Amino acid sequence: MGRLSWRLADVAEVRPETERVVTLALEVPGWDGHRPGQHLDIRLTAEDGYTAERAYSIASAPDGERVELAVERLDDGEVSPYLTEELREGDQLELRGPVGGYFVWEPGRGGPLLLVGGGSGVVPLMAMLRHRAATGSQVPARLLYSSRSLDDVIFREELERLGAAADGLTVAYALTRAQPPGWTGYARRIDAVMLEEVGWPPGERPLVYVCGPTRLVEAVAGQLVALGHDPRRVRTERFGPTGVP
Amino acid sequence: MGGFVSRAFKGRRQPTAGQAAKLPPGQYAEPGFPVLTAGPTPRIDLADWRLKIEGLVAKPREWTWEEIHELPPASFEGDIHCVTRWSKLGTSFAGVSVDTLLDAVEPRPEASHVVAFCYGGYTTNLPLDDVRGGKAWVVWEHEGAPLPPEHGGPARLLVPHLYFWKSAKWVAGLRLLDHDAPGFWESLGYHNRGDPWREERYWGD
Repeated sequence: MGRLSWRLADVAEVRPETERVVTLALEVPGWDGHRPGQHLDIRLTAEDGYTAERAYSIASAPDGERVELAVERLDDGEVSPYLTEELREGDQLELRGPVGGYFVWEPGRGGPLLLVGGGSGVVPLMAMLRHRAATGSQVPARLLYSSRSLDDVIFREELERLGAAADGLTVAYALTRAQPPGWTGYARRIDAVMLEEVGWPPGERPLVYVCGPTRLVEAVAGQLVALGHDPRRVRTERFGPTGVP
Repeated sequence: MGGFVSRAFKGRRQPTAGQAAKLPPGQYAEPGFPVLTAGPTPRIDLADWRLKIEGLVAKPREWTWEEIHELPPASFEGDIHCVTRWSKLGTSFAGVSVDTLLDAVEPRPEASHVVAFCYGGYTTNLPLDDVRGGKAWVVWEHEGAPLPPEHGGPARLLVPHLYFWKSAKWVAGLRLLDHDAPGFWESLGYHNRGDPWREERYWGD
């Protein structure tokens, strides 16, 4: 396989998702496609030649030369404030990828599928669900998605639509900080009880993908193993702030 | 890609001159210690913990937790570099030098590579010369405290001159071979050697 070369992408669309998250739709000439769950590298270059590089998960299903990212603004970040506040349609962006071959799901891997996301950790899981829908896959799938509040839920309308399609996907939310009046979903952090209620029994040998901040991923992966899930069928990825544990 | 400038981008984290000299290309200085793992963190009872060296050695052997602590202690102070672009400058680890372990097992002359294998199933491959000559350790302390499980405790391999995925967490042993055998990330698109100063991140870099 040849070197992953840097490419110049055109920013085709900038679409706010939540107060902190923006979808960037990119046209990438020569893009060879990607697998759902993979990420790519972005490189920003200042006038004085200073560069900053970061990795971002791809949110979109494979779709020719179009690639969508969903980027969360980190207030003390260096690249995400630029991507979410400065970048606009018509700008160009340097990138290379796709990268990563483990945190990947395609219908051929089968299921049943349990996806557990926290905050912007839902992004690579969304690529999997979009691909699942686009290919007409009937693999039974459940998404358990933790957010601070309903307003922080990324892709909310689309997830409602995907969950209502009666094609074997169910979506459950955990709102950890604030809940709207009459909220009947979970109102606490993801825990073992929730994983049992939403997830599959270990005996069904689900494929599990967990993505989010380190504390969530460590806790959820540990709880899944304690519930009897095969660690080799639990794939994890840390996402977002690379802060202290 | 010569000459491209990101419109209106101004760096916010320009490294100090002291940091800049220590940062390989494409890296930034990170004060924290991020956790990156492909699966659940294995929990290993110290009573069951073993470190094995096997393959092309004259005297294959394993050490218990107590036995490995009886070996001459060794420590590392310096910088580590993760392929995801953070570098942690001026950190420290303590354990035992891989040289000490290799001296005990007597590698055969034809041994040229090692595969580190781990609790949980992770593997990574290295040329034998990258783990001897004072370049690699098996460590169980980070900055004076026991190495936390999410960072590879009870013990991890430490090969700080290569990207940090080579410093395998939860290491269970080394297998010496007369050929190269790509490990987990090396089979999934990441560079076979992973020298941060040559920016060897991915296949073909």
